[in-house]
Amino acid sequence: MELLSPGEIVDSFKTALRDGFIDAKIYQCEVAVQRNIFKTIWIYVKREAFRGAVEHLCNLQEYPNLAIISSCDLGDNIELIYHFTIYYGHHLEELSLGLRVNLPKSDLKIPTITDIIPGALFTERETQEMMGVEVVGIPDERRLFLPEDFPEGVYPWRKDEKGPPDDMLRVLPGREQK
Amino acid sequence: MIQEETQKATYTIPVGPIHPALKEPIRLALSVDGEEIVDADVFVGQVHRGIEWLGMNRNNPVQSIYLAERICGICNICHPFSFVMAVEHAAGITPPPRADYIRAITAEMERIHSHLLWAGVAAHEIGFDTVFYLVWRVREEIMDLIEYVTGNRVTKAMFQIGGVRRDITEEQFPRIRQSLDYYKSIFDQLKRVFLDDKTIQMRTRNVGILKKEDALKLLTCGPSGRASGVPKDVRQDQPYAAYADLDIKAMTPDMVTGTVVGDVYDRIIVRLLEVKQAIEIIEQCLEKMPPGPLLAQPKTAVLLKTLTQAEGEGVGRAEAPRGEVIHYVRMEAGQSTLATWKVRAPTYVNLMAVPTILKGMQIADVPITFASLDPCMSCTNRMIITDRALRKKSIMSYAEMHHLSLQKTENLRR
Repeated sequence: MELLSPGEIVDSFKTALRDGFIDAKIYQCEVAVQRNIFKTIWIYVKREAFRGAVEHLCNLQEYPNLAIISSCDLGDNIELIYHFTIYYGHHLEELSLGLRVNLPKSDLKIPTITDIIPGALFTERETQEMMGVEVVGIPDERRLFLPEDFPEGVYPWRKDEKGPPDDMLRVLPGREQK
Repeated sequence: MIQEETQKATYTIPVGPIHPALKEPIRLALSVDGEEIVDADVFVGQVHRGIEWLGMNRNNPVQSIYLAERICGICNICHPFSFVMAVEHAAGITPPPRADYIRAITAEMERIHSHLLWAGVAAHEIGFDTVFYLVWRVREEIMDLIEYVTGNRVTKAMFQIGGVRRDITEEQFPRIRQSLDYYKSIFDQLKRVFLDDKTIQMRTRNVGILKKEDALKLLTCGPSGRASGVPKDVRQDQPYAAYADLDIKAMTPDMVTGTVVGDVYDRIIVRLLEVKQAIEIIEQCLEKMPPGPLLAQPKTAVLLKTLTQAEGEGVGRAEAPRGEVIHYVRMEAGQSTLATWKVRAPTYVNLMAVPTILKGMQIADVPITFASLDPCMSCTNRMIITDRALRKKSIMSYAEMHHLSLQKTENLRR
């Protein structure tokens, strides 16, 4: 397997996704005494190109490792970051690659990738229940962490009116309600 | 029609929320046909405490180190480790090299104690309590060493953003080396007990197999993944802290047996090898430890001000005893709390392998097979038997299941 440099990986995404590619950033920092480089790539894609981006990632590494999906409430949008790692198994060669998708709050839908990476199921279920992003085509849409009696339509990670209301939050003794 | 349904009927055995193999809450639903497991389902969330929410809504990043440390009682080095790395990447802080070495030493001590704890639990699950007592007695040595170095047996409070809180001084080296020598002297005995014992071999070989392809698809990480032949180890692949200066190789079972089966036996081999590796890493760190300060910014008030003004994001990845821990942090200027904090503990992904490894096993193999993943619920329910044909439920307690497991060992010995 040929290992590409971070710059070459960004270029390969650009050619593979064409219009779907928005931007990319490469973050580097030095570690410990020998100053080896720690590298992270961030790639911004449009939602329409998202599945294509994951498929393209499978060309770079047969089984890309998806660590987690993190989501952030940005006000009008919700940003999902799929944290991948590729080139594992080689000393000093592994790269962290964050695939970012911005979803407008009026249309919170993202296609599932469980058909490409079966292990994405848990984190897709979590994103669905905690952030209220609908994962289209998810094979198992039950809740993961939240109990069955947790009210519908309340999403703990949201920072808007759909987040947990004040009466759901327990205030610790000696503290005041924020 | 009725005839057909009766033939196909399987029983569903719910295990938990009080755990069958470990003393932490999770629920498994096992579909069984006689003694054989046909399918399994996992229900998590019984210990979901909303720690990420607190980090995003209540605490400042320095306070969140305490929270990160309390995500798990065993991995309370690697969670703050990857958390502070994520914040450091986000805020552009570089820890001094000496801190990198102290971090790695404490993380390896944690690996030794965690793997020994697991080895004891595994022996207990197959009813081999002599080994359980032996291993846990041996484990006391590393617990004492952890207390000697950090001042605490459990939550060590060693980490600060931009460094560590306590030094490991030259005067402490002989005491540390003494413990390491003790483990080196008994390593062969432990290896003989776990790898050559006939009973352990009978109960663990070809049990709970996870093939390499399945491990890759289900993203299984840590020793469980390496036992299936996936040479993935953050310390090797994308080394952080002092690991970047050392040449670390991911341990796979073929180093001992020549082949990779991916069964419980292989998971024992990997963990044993990693105990030895951890000892070597601590020794190398002690040798190479550079002098210098412990903190990039010793004044907490100044640090907090920097963190409030910081804008950016970072990913911290650390190899915990159970696999890869990832913390993602996003910081916004002028906001004292974190904008986003996402934690992924290794058990989160390893649990997805549970249905695969339990399929085709017997009920008596559930405790050891499930325990072989070394699941940790804090980081991420007794058994009810449902008769689908009769729509009847009954409950199988942990004691009964443990008894079944003991019986199987007895039967094999005869």
